[in-house]
Amino acid sequence: MSAPSAFFAAPHSGFDSLRGFLWWVPRAAVLGTLAFVIFGPLANLLIWTVAERWYFPHALPIDYGFSYWGRVFAPRGNAVQSLIASISIALFTVAGSLALAIPAGYALARLKLPLRGLVLLAFLLPQAFPNLPVYVNIARLFYEIGLNGTVLGVVLVHVTHGLVYAVWIASAAFSAVDRDLELAARNLGASGLKGFADVTLPLAAPGLMASAIFVFLESLDEFTGSYFVGAPDVTTLPLLLYSAGAGGNYQIASITALLLLVPSIAFMLVVEKFLRADVLAKVGQ
Amino acid sequence: MARLLGPLLVSPALIVILLLFMVPLAASVIGAFEVEGTVGLGNFTKAYDFYRQDIVFTAVIVGLSTMLTGLLAIAIGGYLTLGENAAAVAILRWLYRWPMFIPFIVVGQILRTFLAKSGLFNSTLVALGFLDPLTATSYLDWRGVVVAFVWKQTPFVALMVAGAMASLDRGTIEAARNLGASRLRILIEIVVPQVTTTLLVGLVLSFVTMMGVLSVPLMINAQAPTMITADIAFRLSTYRDYGVANALGLISLAISAVAAWFYLRVNMRQSR
Repeated sequence: MSAPSAFFAAPHSGFDSLRGFLWWVPRAAVLGTLAFVIFGPLANLLIWTVAERWYFPHALPIDYGFSYWGRVFAPRGNAVQSLIASISIALFTVAGSLALAIPAGYALARLKLPLRGLVLLAFLLPQAFPNLPVYVNIARLFYEIGLNGTVLGVVLVHVTHGLVYAVWIASAAFSAVDRDLELAARNLGASGLKGFADVTLPLAAPGLMASAIFVFLESLDEFTGSYFVGAPDVTTLPLLLYSAGAGGNYQIASITALLLLVPSIAFMLVVEKFLRADVLAKVGQ
Repeated sequence: MARLLGPLLVSPALIVILLLFMVPLAASVIGAFEVEGTVGLGNFTKAYDFYRQDIVFTAVIVGLSTMLTGLLAIAIGGYLTLGENAAAVAILRWLYRWPMFIPFIVVGQILRTFLAKSGLFNSTLVALGFLDPLTATSYLDWRGVVVAFVWKQTPFVALMVAGAMASLDRGTIEAARNLGASRLRILIEIVVPQVTTTLLVGLVLSFVTMMGVLSVPLMINAQAPTMITADIAFRLSTYRDYGVANALGLISLAISAVAAWFYLRVNMRQSR
């Protein structure tokens, strides 16, 4: 798109360059507004994390300081416990999802499977319905079998929700592996399992890594399921954020939100490195 | 053996979906019709009597948010595809994606502070002279919910739409441009009609997502009228009333089904 416009702009007259310059006025206005709409709320969050006192009608905090950070990270504080709970739940969720998704993804990519399209669709279901009614009834079910308010219960809910990413991306990652390399390993005498472990799995690893990160973030950020199944016995970071905010403690809520924000934004910046175009093109096929 | 290996490897994951998704989903449908041990519509009449206003509110809020998300996604995707200034396109490409992976619970918290009476939004308007501090109000009602939904969902739909637009045949676009068509006209008459399917998939997914979000209405709009999700949570935490909660859940599923049906209808008409 830039090539033809560069061509047309080639005969530079003074008038053309002035016109080109003036076009930056509406462009800067629109892009500036967009930047304000996107970064304004984020800036507001950052200010709250270092605000000691801030109330209406003051446009900015009256005092700044890090005393709330000290409270959040106090060794026996709620936040440290929630952070540990959140990260362990997310790690268990990744382990569980991958343990289920690697065999399923491989079968979907490589093996004969009756009703393959329907199976792929089944994993999409948890994303295709509003989740709340389902969580309500899982909580009721878990309550009867003693899983409500346990880490295992929350992990199971997160695994179910994360399976669509795990299975779809794993299947795409295995599809993108060159079949000839697998056949070569088999010809050289490797057993099916050895060929899978030594050739297929390492080649699919970046895609599997991407699905693991997806599942990790989904679990870290999940609120509704944890709210019904986990609270009040299991407190994850989103639940802590919610209760701190509901109690009017915007500093603690904002610091917790920042803790959740950092991995999400880091992932947005690197996602393209893990999800290569050749894998992405095979998602859902 | 080889024939059985595929189904065998898929079945553990399928069983999890069956037990932890389909069974509870079925339980929510059955539970909605359960009235004191017998089958009846009592939960629905109760849900209608108490929450009629909230049901309409939810459908309108989510519908409006979906529409705004679609318009913004088309605008962003359109500029990324048809924009002629490489620097401006690059800035936009860098800018628009930021909210995509930010979880709803965080979106709720940051917009609750941003849109408050003394939040940064009002302060900036006051500083620029657009707003008199005495008339400043908070936006933490239906407007806040719409802003939160649109803020979070637009990058996702825009990413899908921009991807579809990028893979279009550029020949028609260049031809129309050479014939003197304006870029806006090319966007509306040539580009958008060719990416309708992708746009609708993104919008239906967004619609369903918004229908199920609990944190945003709880954090931004904690007064009446509110969204169905907040009513369900309230019904359970206050009365442990699974009947009405499930009836409300089924109503939200039905509203989502209408959106999915709309998508299928447009899609069928296109492929015909």
